[in-house]
Amino acid sequence: MKQHLRPAVALLVLFTLITGALYPLLIVGIAQGVFPFEANGSIIQRDGNPIGSALIGQQFTSAKYFWSRLSATAPFPYNAGASSGSNYGPMNRSLLNATRSRVEQLRGADSLNMQSIPVDLATASASGLDPHISIQSAQYQLSRVARERNLPEVKVRSLVEQCTESRTFGFLGEPRVNVLKLNLALDGLTSSPKGAD
Amino acid sequence: MTVAGVIQLVFFLIVLTALSRPLGAYMARVFRRERTFLDPILGPVERIMYRLSGVNKDEEMDWKGNAVAMLVFSVAGLLAVYALQRLQHLLPFNPQGLGAVTPDSAFNTAVSFASNTNWQGYAGETTMSYLTQMVGLTVQNFVSAAAGMALLALFIRGIARHSTRMLGNFWVDLTRSTLYILLPLSMVLAVVLVSQGVVQNLSSYKTVPLVEPVVDASGAKVTTQTLPMGPAASQIAIKQLGTNGGGFFNVNSAHPFENPTPVSNFLEMLSILLIPAALCFTYGELVRDKRQGWAVFAAMMIIFIPLTATAVWAEQAGNPAIIGMGIDQTASDIQPGGNMEGKEVRFGIVNSALWATATTAASNGSVNSMHDSYMPLGGAVTLFMMQLGEVVFGGVGSGLYGMLVFVIVAVFVAGLLVGRTPEYLGHKIEAYEMKMASLLILIMPITVLALTALAVVSEPGRATIHNPGAHGFSEVMYLFTSQGNNNGSAFAGIGANTPFYNTLGGIAMLIARFWIAVPTLALAGSLAAKRLVPTTEGTLPTHTPLFVFWLVVVIIIVGALNFLPALALGPFVEHFMLCT
Repeated sequence: MKQHLRPAVALLVLFTLITGALYPLLIVGIAQGVFPFEANGSIIQRDGNPIGSALIGQQFTSAKYFWSRLSATAPFPYNAGASSGSNYGPMNRSLLNATRSRVEQLRGADSLNMQSIPVDLATASASGLDPHISIQSAQYQLSRVARERNLPEVKVRSLVEQCTESRTFGFLGEPRVNVLKLNLALDGLTSSPKGAD
Repeated sequence: MTVAGVIQLVFFLIVLTALSRPLGAYMARVFRRERTFLDPILGPVERIMYRLSGVNKDEEMDWKGNAVAMLVFSVAGLLAVYALQRLQHLLPFNPQGLGAVTPDSAFNTAVSFASNTNWQGYAGETTMSYLTQMVGLTVQNFVSAAAGMALLALFIRGIARHSTRMLGNFWVDLTRSTLYILLPLSMVLAVVLVSQGVVQNLSSYKTVPLVEPVVDASGAKVTTQTLPMGPAASQIAIKQLGTNGGGFFNVNSAHPFENPTPVSNFLEMLSILLIPAALCFTYGELVRDKRQGWAVFAAMMIIFIPLTATAVWAEQAGNPAIIGMGIDQTASDIQPGGNMEGKEVRFGIVNSALWATATTAASNGSVNSMHDSYMPLGGAVTLFMMQLGEVVFGGVGSGLYGMLVFVIVAVFVAGLLVGRTPEYLGHKIEAYEMKMASLLILIMPITVLALTALAVVSEPGRATIHNPGAHGFSEVMYLFTSQGNNNGSAFAGIGANTPFYNTLGGIAMLIARFWIAVPTLALAGSLAAKRLVPTTEGTLPTHTPLFVFWLVVVIIIVGALNFLPALALGPFVEHFMLCT
């Protein structure tokens, strides 16, 4: 027992130095040198001011924006300081109520739209910060956003396509649309004729 | 299953197998202390470490010496992590000014990281300072994984050697595992993860304006979003590689800063199984019979593949409870479909269910989707994977020694059936070995089931169950299954950060790690001491497809006998309620 005390403590101290200090600091150095944008939160700038992260979703409620997925973070949706899923089981009444009221909201915002609602748009993400919706969810909302903004659907569709990320190498992951980027692009479109940008 | 889904699964399995063999051979060189290409850089570091810590690298120890060394080292780590958490408010690298962690939570977390479980009772971004994350948690991510690998190296020497009491030197295996295996792999992975968008900095949290203000639960208007920062990539790399699983952020690898793209997801998922799979081939090298390594690898794959397929199928089928609400759950080229509650769009169903199966097969416990919201059968797969005793890949080191215990049991039972003296690689399997093996197999289900029963009949246990009915029972069983197998994933709805669950869970994790490790070493010591029994006509070959099949049967039967009744009360009841 006694003869093990010195190696235990000494090695713990040495490993702390190597894996707890040198290793993370070295990676910080490399990251800041080679990938400064990615290493600092992929923050989108406009006129030198940060206006959101390309990786972190935001909540949108007005009809002129594409809506993100449901978010279960507390005390408000898309609270990036406290990531969380709903953790409701599939039969949980709270889940069914949340889904039902979401369907009603979507229908209420766009009573002309008779399409089925894509499941990702009616459910909460794992992180509560999902920056994406499926392409089908974007298509579902397309006519509503175009109408609210008095834009031709073709124009909105082309923006959706610009903000679509396809499967990596053609097969990894799922094709998806970045909601914040899409809405920022829409705002840019609406405001630029007035010269606001 | 969709075509894209099948392609992704097959691609994953091919890359895993292709990388495991060379890595396995490399790790065998590390454990044999042969020269590697990293020696010019790491050789001097290694020598200095031995000198400063007074380790004589040429001195070997018997099983008891090694067991005590491992225990002393683990206790030292446990105390250090506990102290760091309790004192973090007084220490530097705490830009958010986070306070001291409560005693029960700090105990649970210290045990959790020292035992390679990495259960998170806490929410990372709101609880742990950068110093605690780096100096406390990241360090244990490395050394608890390395300790598991060192235990495996000692166990394998017990099988490879004859007529000796010596198994090797824990300190040397620990040091070499960290320096030559975990550190270089983590560095490469961490840098690639940063390139994908995983954050790695020492800044305080950043604030950005919201495009549309939102109203919080109390009615106040919120106009900004706080983005958490920190040295995440370096910790995530080792948490994936070392079957640790304790995330930097609360939602673990579902967080876009922890796992931003399909590429980062693929690499993190690969890292879950990479070292445990490669160790099978290390084993083959070290016992000088590569077929033994292949046999174990095959048995693991035979269990892993159908269970993965089951989970993907269950999740892709969607939730019958929301049929009739006008929701489209059908997968297509423009939507993932299926049960998307608690899953991220960039991963969809396949990458979520594959991850869930991999993380519970290996005792990793990181998640990229919320298991609590899985369909009953999808959730049952993750539960059952852990309940097999974390031997299908399992923890780095601990998974394979657990599997080898099952191999010994399978040899013994086969020997009984055909009336021959059971032998494994030249060792007679006798009463002492079987006592140890039985102990090793029984400790886990007893711990898990007893604690689950205790929690569901006690008031503080029931108080924080989040979902009603059968699903609530599954939450409690998942909690103790996870901690009782050093996994660390959760049905996260349960309020586990209470003195009740922190304390009982901490005990379960201690039992799972150390009550298993010590008899394992005893078994190794007993095997090493035996004289070599020459292979004869009557020896049962342990590398044939027949034996692999037999091994799989033994594992499944033991697992099913232990846990089917409990599973019937949780996920199976829920499944039938949902489908009728």
